[in-house]
Amino acid sequence: MAIIITEETRIVVQGITGNQGRFHTGKMLEYGSKVVAGVSPGKGGTEVLGVPVFNTVQEAVKITGANTSILFIPAPFVLDAALEAMEAGIKTIVIISEHVPLHDALKIMRVAQAYGVTVVGPNTFGVISPGIAKVGIMPNTIYQKGPVGIVARSGTLSYQIAYELTRAGLGQSTVVGLGGDRVVGLSLAEVILSLARDDETQGIVVVGEIGGTAEEEAAEVIRHINKPVVAFIAGKTAPPGKRMGHAGAIIERGRGTYQSKIDALWNAGALIAEVPWEVPVLMKSALVK
Amino acid sequence: MKLFEYQVKKIMREFGILVPQGEVFFDLEQAKNHLEKVGEGVVKAQVLTGGRGKAGGVKIFSNPAEGFKLAEAILKMTIKGERVRAILIEEKIPIEQELYLSIFVDGRIKKPVIIASKAGGVDIEDVPEEEILKLPVDPLIGVRNYHGNIVAQKLGLSGDLGKQLTALLINLYRIFETYQAELVEINPLVISREKLIAADGKMTVDDDARFRWPGDLPFNEEKTPLEKRAEEIGVSFVELDGNIAVMANGAGITMATLDLIAYFGGRPKNFMDAGGGANAEQMAKALDLLISTNPRAILINIFGGITRCDEVAKAYLTVKQQREITVPVVIRLVGTNEDIGVKMLQEAGVESFSSLREAVIKAVELARVGGDN
Repeated sequence: MAIIITEETRIVVQGITGNQGRFHTGKMLEYGSKVVAGVSPGKGGTEVLGVPVFNTVQEAVKITGANTSILFIPAPFVLDAALEAMEAGIKTIVIISEHVPLHDALKIMRVAQAYGVTVVGPNTFGVISPGIAKVGIMPNTIYQKGPVGIVARSGTLSYQIAYELTRAGLGQSTVVGLGGDRVVGLSLAEVILSLARDDETQGIVVVGEIGGTAEEEAAEVIRHINKPVVAFIAGKTAPPGKRMGHAGAIIERGRGTYQSKIDALWNAGALIAEVPWEVPVLMKSALVK
Repeated sequence: MKLFEYQVKKIMREFGILVPQGEVFFDLEQAKNHLEKVGEGVVKAQVLTGGRGKAGGVKIFSNPAEGFKLAEAILKMTIKGERVRAILIEEKIPIEQELYLSIFVDGRIKKPVIIASKAGGVDIEDVPEEEILKLPVDPLIGVRNYHGNIVAQKLGLSGDLGKQLTALLINLYRIFETYQAELVEINPLVISREKLIAADGKMTVDDDARFRWPGDLPFNEEKTPLEKRAEEIGVSFVELDGNIAVMANGAGITMATLDLIAYFGGRPKNFMDAGGGANAEQMAKALDLLISTNPRAILINIFGGITRCDEVAKAYLTVKQQREITVPVVIRLVGTNEDIGVKMLQEAGVESFSSLREAVIKAVELARVGGDN
């Protein structure tokens, strides 16, 4: 059945007339995603790659039945766009945009909670259920339908690992990018729980990184599920106090270290890959058992 | 970005929070007259790092000559690798009690949280859980009187002090919102002559909300020349102490690349995330920067998603045409337009790898051949 993105997913692209929006609309269509609408205030009535463009999300939802939105919106305007989508009845929002103000993210998550909306990101590469659809910016070519769910905090690193899995003959059920910011919607623990309940998923790969406590919280969930979990954590050699690219990737006051995450995951029963190419090896042996 | 104490206190004063009288000085000469005028007080080093008290960056003086000596010494100090850029000279206030109060963004529960404790003046990390109040705030509601009542009760403040606390807390939240803070902290919040006074102040503001900060806040964080250059190019860069320069695309994969270099016995010289969708020109500049650091080897690890492998190849060939590259470069290319990129490099006689493992091993090997430093 896959999670978050299913056969029922009907996508509206907010910011469809921008460079990124237009480019990735094309890639999503190529992948077979049902992109049913675009929104760009003032450009209503036009088309992008055959997709009808509307002035408001409300119109887009009413006319096309869109239920999932993906945002290619400049950071200062993301709050407005996300609130508009939620009020218009969108149930899943994927926020690709980077540098969304932290306080805006707080408001988005609070309203999403009130409206019962699932938010992925900000600063995420999106979600893909191989063979079904993708709502995101990941490359189309590296995935294959299969039994492994992946949840990642980082885009390119997750591509690397999906690529290793695919080459080893292990396809994926759903791949979820959480986003690299300090405040994001779906948490690592929540996605692991959803994958644990998903019929199509037999094993779960966690691609984590230093900073924050997401992996430690996820360990509490992993302890109680009966599917194998393989984890790879980036940042073993990162110096404390330095922000490693992502806003959330920083060791502060001795917290968020590689060791703390590895210990928590290991103690919860996860298998730890020391290098990315160990992930498929560990997963294969765990799935055979 | 972190703010200096004097900046925080200026903001607090503007928002109606009581702070000790004080003035900031960036050099000794300016401070001299002021010291003569006040006679006694406290000299406080202005640094962004914590733990300055233990390092001797806060000293009391009881006459101008002593103040001058302390000011001179503190201005020359380096605390945890950070040079002291200014001193704050403040009045010394009588302290009846020290409390702790802060508001920060908790990414775990996705809400601002008020932290309050009777145990002020010490690192809040060292205070036992049961002595700390953690009160989440709904960002759609903000801080209101009832939050003040809850916090005042925990701090044992009643009557007028309780009212002062509520007003202060509401003002602190206004600062938190206005400056889009990740953290505002008063430690200690002191009771002095029946008034609540912020004896110290810390603040971290969200760089992504810079466009909302009122007025102009100066750029506080000192960057090395290389970090400045990287910022201008638009890549994320951290200097490390090894000898293999690294460029990759994406924070996670860049970190993993550094880890892999260490795994195979090498030492990375930097973190450089060229980001998604960097173009050839930007990459060429970034590569130029790496060459200028004189590494033993350069490892370029690209998993093309938005980033196109042909752009990466083009960047490398551009730089190679413009200048002689004497340092060995290992390029790993996979993903979007991989075949085109690899072919471009091949035609120019440059070898590239598709296996990450092999590329890292090669870079470590080359760095070793290059010498021992």
